[in-house]
Amino acid sequence: MTKIYSKTVLENGLNVLLKEIHTAPLVSSWIWYRVGSRDEITGHTGISHWCEHMQFKGTPKFPSNLLERAVARDGGMWNAFTYFDWTTFFETMPADKIDLGLRIEADRMINSVFDEKEIASERTVVISEREGSENDPSFLLGEAVQNAAFRTHPYHHEIIGDLPDLKSMSRDDLYNHYRTFYAPNNAILSVAGDFKTTEMLANIRDIYGKIPMGAAPPRITRPEPAAIGEHRLTVEGPGETTYLDISYHAPAANDLEFFPVTVLDSLLAGPSSLNMFGGGGTSNKTSRLYRALVEKELAVSVGGGLAATADPFLYSVVITLNPKRKPEEALAAFDVEIKRLQDELIPLNEITRAIKQARALFAYGSENITNQAFWLGHAEMFAGYDWFLTYLDKLAKVTPAELQKIARKYFRPQNRVVGTYIPRGEEVRV
Amino acid sequence: MKAIFQNSLPGPDDITRDILPNGITVLARTNFNSPSVVIGGYLPCGSLFDTDDKLGLADFTASGLLRGSEKRDFQKIFDELESAGASLSFSAGGHTAGFSGRCLAEDLPLLLELLADALRRPVFPKEQVERLRAQSLTGLSIRGQDTAGMASLTFDQIVFEGHPYARPDDGWPETIKAIKRNDLADFHQTHYGPRGLVLAIVGSVDPKTIAIQVTKELGDWTNSSQPEIPALPALKPLKKFVTRKVKIPGKSQSDLVIGTSGPRRKDPEFMPASLGNSVLGQFGMAGRIGEVVREKSGLAYYASSSLSAGIGPGSWDVSAGVNPANVQKARDLICKEIERFVEKGVTIQELSDSQSNFVGRLPLSLESNAGVVSALLNIERFDLGLDYYRRYPNLVQSVTPEEVLSAAKKYLHPDKLAVAIAGS
Repeated sequence: MTKIYSKTVLENGLNVLLKEIHTAPLVSSWIWYRVGSRDEITGHTGISHWCEHMQFKGTPKFPSNLLERAVARDGGMWNAFTYFDWTTFFETMPADKIDLGLRIEADRMINSVFDEKEIASERTVVISEREGSENDPSFLLGEAVQNAAFRTHPYHHEIIGDLPDLKSMSRDDLYNHYRTFYAPNNAILSVAGDFKTTEMLANIRDIYGKIPMGAAPPRITRPEPAAIGEHRLTVEGPGETTYLDISYHAPAANDLEFFPVTVLDSLLAGPSSLNMFGGGGTSNKTSRLYRALVEKELAVSVGGGLAATADPFLYSVVITLNPKRKPEEALAAFDVEIKRLQDELIPLNEITRAIKQARALFAYGSENITNQAFWLGHAEMFAGYDWFLTYLDKLAKVTPAELQKIARKYFRPQNRVVGTYIPRGEEVRV
Repeated sequence: MKAIFQNSLPGPDDITRDILPNGITVLARTNFNSPSVVIGGYLPCGSLFDTDDKLGLADFTASGLLRGSEKRDFQKIFDELESAGASLSFSAGGHTAGFSGRCLAEDLPLLLELLADALRRPVFPKEQVERLRAQSLTGLSIRGQDTAGMASLTFDQIVFEGHPYARPDDGWPETIKAIKRNDLADFHQTHYGPRGLVLAIVGSVDPKTIAIQVTKELGDWTNSSQPEIPALPALKPLKKFVTRKVKIPGKSQSDLVIGTSGPRRKDPEFMPASLGNSVLGQFGMAGRIGEVVREKSGLAYYASSSLSAGIGPGSWDVSAGVNPANVQKARDLICKEIERFVEKGVTIQELSDSQSNFVGRLPLSLESNAGVVSALLNIERFDLGLDYYRRYPNLVQSVTPEEVLSAAKKYLHPDKLAVAIAGS
């Protein structure tokens, strides 16, 4: 994977990152806004995600049906995502068609209509999206754990938002949110693929250069105080399967301690793929927790997850229990593995293995242009693209002593929330 | 069309296709742009061989292949795979059992050795079989709670009644409980063999090296007991409108699937039906269905149509997830759209949009090694010819609105649809 890229800041504050990749006749373009669920106050939870939906409802120049038709006709792929820290929109198109994607994003940065009728119909779509998530026990449990883990920081609530807010927010609320956060000086444009940098930059200046700068958006600064004791909670719901979610407060992505926690995750629950689009990962059947829980028939599966966030979020392990076993048995076995990490130095060969795994997963992701453009912008949301380019080097520098120190620092009961999903076991009838 | 685009599509000049003396077909395409290799393939060991009382045996057997071999135990297999950051997995469908894997190019010999070990020498240790059974039963209990999964399963039961396609490949809790360890070993011994095995390899390795490595691992494999795949019975078309509900308590969303059977992949109607399906519920934000159910009525976060076509009869359906109070409303809207589609077909403009989309998205779908593997297997499974993706733009562009209408009329009958609903 080439490490060559360019970064330019336009006069209106728009950051532009470009990376030439000439392996396929494709270009992927992403516009990133520094706005997400962390920017939402009580009463407005879910507003960033709903706003993202409204961006597909058209502008005077590109009405919604024209918008989707234009991208689809050219064989393009487009979508959008809202996260804790950001909202992003992308188009991956045949190389000679990407101009359309660039123009759509520039236009809807300032000209989206937010029509009252469209807001009404999208309100029920978003509520339906939430209802679909609620069908899944792991969503219900994850939401409860997240709520318990954050008392002051806005990472407290789910990105989709709370139902009362989804029912009550108005057109003005949504439009104001849009006008406050969608501006070139709060955005990053990352483009990767089959183009020439000088030509692409000139084109981007032409399309985006005249968009006026906005006022600096307000920020909520409510850091989460250090955890002062273990939280335990239960969620009850339909089904026959018990789940455990054990979540520790974890370092932010731009904290150097993020990398040892990444290695610990790999040892505990198997290597996690950084790839959002394709590439795939590997299995986790030789990880410490798989051996301790699945091989010992306490659980049927286990997985770990560490999110790359701007502020400290959570490292979560989710265990699907063997129906014949109790959650406290699985938790006890889990705790034995945590204690091992804290008491015994990890052999160097285990670390070397984790690095090789990370290298392979990294290589798989690099064959996909959409994934490359994603990382070009995503890493800027919490650090900088160099974070991504030096990711493997930083993992390789982690030592056994450091891992032990970090395991002792983060994996304490006082620093975690333990959630259990208890199934009610009602019968399914045809 | 630009020359660069045409040349980037797989074709006879850059796909290597060899048949080993024992019957294994090997497809390969080189891509030195990435340091990785993707493999994929299948062999005729699917659930069509399963009896009703042990439904799920083919899938159980496929899942058991990596649980221990004559040469390696479970932990050793996965230690070798995972230490390399490689992956390998097996699962069974109706006609075939499939496998897929990936690794860095330097580890391809290892991946092929593990593949061959799993295919040729699995031992199905008793303890591992029981562990798999517990996982499978939990999986089935999660499936029973999944409104989308249950609606789709129920839909298949209505549309394919009396046909093997009505059965779920992963079985039922009682059939999984009935399968013995020896059933897996017997199924493997009888059905797994080189005949009908197709293997595709794409990535940073040249075809000669591939031929040598595959021959080394699989070239001397024989099995004279491999049976022919059972012939499919004729599908009885639906004679009336059938609605079936599955009650899953405590769910905040219900799922519905509405439709009927569709063409086989090799039927002449496949391409017109596929383009028609795009107009109905795929193009842009899910075509006409997305426009009516999501955009205009705000009833669902997802609503779209799909056409699944394989070796035997396929299915053509519309699915959506809605609030339980809106099931009837969504059902009526969807049925009305299907009726309009069958009566009036598609406009020239709509067809042209979807044709342009089908051709334009090719480079994206063939960008990655995994995308090319899937294309090569598609070519082989349905006998499409190595030049298929080069001919594809013409095949797409030559379809007329009349052909779409006639395919719609042949398969979709608004008074004879299956409706499956799962939820509270």
